[in-house]
Amino acid sequence: MNDVRADLKNLKIGVYVCHCGKNIADVVDVKRVADFASKLPGVEVAREYLHMCDDVGQEMISKDIMELGINRVVVAACSPKVHELTFRDTLRKAGLNPYLLEMANIREQCSWVHRSDPDRATEKAIDLVKMAVAKARWLIPLETKAVEVTRSALVIGGGIAGIQAALDVADNGYQVYLVEKGPSLGGRMGQWSKVFPTMDCAACILTPKMVSAAQHPKIKLLTNSELIEASGSLGNFKVKIRKRPRYVDEEKCTACGLCAQKCPVRIPNEVDFGMSSRKAIYITSPNAVPLAYSIDGENCLYLKRGICRVCERVCEAKAIDFDQKEEVLELRVGSIIVAIGYDPFDPTPLEEYGFGRYKDVVTGPMLERMTDPMGPTGGAILRPSTGKPPRKVAFIQCVGSRDARFNLYCSRVCCMYAIKDSLIIKEQNPESDVYIFYMDIRAFGKGYEEFYLRSQEAGVKFIRGKVSSIREDPRTHELVLRYEDTLLGTALEDSFDLVVLSVGQVPRADTDAISKILGIPRSADGFLMEAHPKLRPNDAVVDGIYLAGSAQYPKDIPDAVAQASGAAARALIPLSMGQVYVEPISPLIEEDRCGGCGVCVKLCPYGALKLEEREDKRVAKVDEVLCKGCGTCSAACPSGAVRSRMFTEEQILSMISSAAG
Amino acid sequence: MIENRKGDWFEPRILGFLCNWCSYAAADLAGMSRMEYPPNIRCVRVMCSGRVEPSFVLEALREGYDGVLIAGCHPPSDCHYQSGNLKARRRYYLLRKLLRELGINPDRVRLEWASASEGQRFAEIVKDFTERLRRLGPSPLKVKRVGAE
Ligand code: FES
Repeated sequence: MNDVRADLKNLKIGVYVCHCGKNIADVVDVKRVADFASKLPGVEVAREYLHMCDDVGQEMISKDIMELGINRVVVAACSPKVHELTFRDTLRKAGLNPYLLEMANIREQCSWVHRSDPDRATEKAIDLVKMAVAKARWLIPLETKAVEVTRSALVIGGGIAGIQAALDVADNGYQVYLVEKGPSLGGRMGQWSKVFPTMDCAACILTPKMVSAAQHPKIKLLTNSELIEASGSLGNFKVKIRKRPRYVDEEKCTACGLCAQKCPVRIPNEVDFGMSSRKAIYITSPNAVPLAYSIDGENCLYLKRGICRVCERVCEAKAIDFDQKEEVLELRVGSIIVAIGYDPFDPTPLEEYGFGRYKDVVTGPMLERMTDPMGPTGGAILRPSTGKPPRKVAFIQCVGSRDARFNLYCSRVCCMYAIKDSLIIKEQNPESDVYIFYMDIRAFGKGYEEFYLRSQEAGVKFIRGKVSSIREDPRTHELVLRYEDTLLGTALEDSFDLVVLSVGQVPRADTDAISKILGIPRSADGFLMEAHPKLRPNDAVVDGIYLAGSAQYPKDIPDAVAQASGAAARALIPLSMGQVYVEPISPLIEEDRCGGCGVCVKLCPYGALKLEEREDKRVAKVDEVLCKGCGTCSAACPSGAVRSRMFTEEQILSMISSAAG
Repeated sequence: MIENRKGDWFEPRILGFLCNWCSYAAADLAGMSRMEYPPNIRCVRVMCSGRVEPSFVLEALREGYDGVLIAGCHPPSDCHYQSGNLKARRRYYLLRKLLRELGINPDRVRLEWASASEGQRFAEIVKDFTERLRRLGPSPLKVKRVGAE
């Protein structure tokens, strides 16, 4: 085992200090840093250059490797999270083991955060370089290992993004498991009636997609199912899916609906945001895929209290099956696509708007349900208080969005859906007055600006200003809005008989659970974080996991679909390569030092360590597939036998002493 | 060397151990968002706060750092490796005890949590820790070392 100890003889370290244009050089005196570095023991050459990551910069490094025999490389530049892979590649191409590289983060953790003190920033940069050089002395060449990939993918979420991603992966010939929490596919898009700016009927374009996903020979659809556990890494994940019973045999059910007619339990219908009710045996929509009823175990009288079973008696197809049990499926997949979508923002905390107090204050999504011919009002927009069509409607934009009290971000769909709904109201009742109170109208998509103009031509009135409060006139029950017209610069009041709050998208309630199970972080806005905001918007921070749709950030349908196809393309890379290279993250165990105490075995969160019998003693042994490289074992080993290859004790200790006081 | 370059202003030197997945990312985010914090800290990246051996911290103090920051993912369950942060926390409490026995103010070592989205928090932690160490003054170990030299 020649890679246990670093070779401290014949050290030839090359140090490369990057200006990053002006990003580093404007604050840090890069010349001083390089001069200083050139005097450090073991350093053969130190250079500075405008952009180390460009062709010329990389060429500089490889030339030194080949001509000067540089055998350790230190790049002082941006965060290793940005360019470590780039420079490892440079080393590899120049014939040097890629792990003989160390980066000093003098941009994100120095020049960008110490701009007002260039002197001390330069001193810090020098220290960071000293530390990197110290670590570089102790680097050891490491090998990546090729492992076979499980050629299948898991897609979490059966909305439009999940469906698209599943179809793309499956059409490439790989097995897909499409996991949907609810009883049917369709997600949020399945709740909308018409979609902007084309005014297509959502069901007409969504249903064929749902059917192709459900019938695809390479897609295994798992409804009423959710992810409960995940382990493994890129190329080889092991996941556990809990599948709740439907209590209805999908194959036998003819969706005649007699069961639901007879079911005595009535509960608020979540699809209609509680504006209608459903039974304990139900279907989410007449277009549901799979087209089969489902019993909601939380509310079924028989499952709760052992009485009733009316559905079973009336079902002619004999599809009801109370013996179905919850199952936990264990699957192996190579890639995971997360498409869990969003929840609409709940405006109850904005007390000034009286949502929940005033019947005629509704949310945009509620209005959407009213416009659906299969919705709670049969497609007619009506005042909830009277059941009559409204004569004067106000939309309030940016409710809960672009508001420091709730969400700072723009939800990207509310302007357009309000415009769409305003057009539908005008269509249904050309006499009605429709006002949209806005901060800015953001009509950035293809055909959106044209759509905006269409609503203006149809007579929708746009008022620039924020509504500060709504109160109900106790006599007429009309809603009185107080607002400031910022174009006129005056505070005004006006009465309406229906107010629609254009609420935005927020991360789905289960985002936190998914983020923990998969170990993928969230951004400050609560959505799942991408690996790079500009260059890797489809990848989660963890390799092998990809993001699609509003799970990552609010999106409209075309963007969700585009990102889903992008995520699928990314997820297909390991599947089609068939092999992935795993980093040498697992520890190296020096058997002659190991006393076989087993401390590491107990501490390992993955059960990756075991004690093995040798002739005269027991020694710890690591399973490289299970290990994730946290280094907890190294930290705990009393004899220093368990060595984190990329973070050895010598490396860390020498970093500590190199720049100490 | 004790730096008193700006008159009587004592500038503490801090060593940070940041876990790759949360706190190092938070520090990077502070940079990307161009937040300022005092340049007193130098950070070492480790994969998980669970990798930090108490001896690393002792060594840092012995070498003359005035304070050591260990930062990881929020407990209980944000750690990328399930429970490394909890192990770090257990070690941290033991370490504080040990420091007290050694006659070193345990507040020279600080354990903090900052998620990948908490750049602001990271900057504030460094600001606050620097401030406190300024008030605590130079590490007694450092004074001894300097005296001995
Ligand atoms: S990975 Fe951050 S504390 Fe374990």
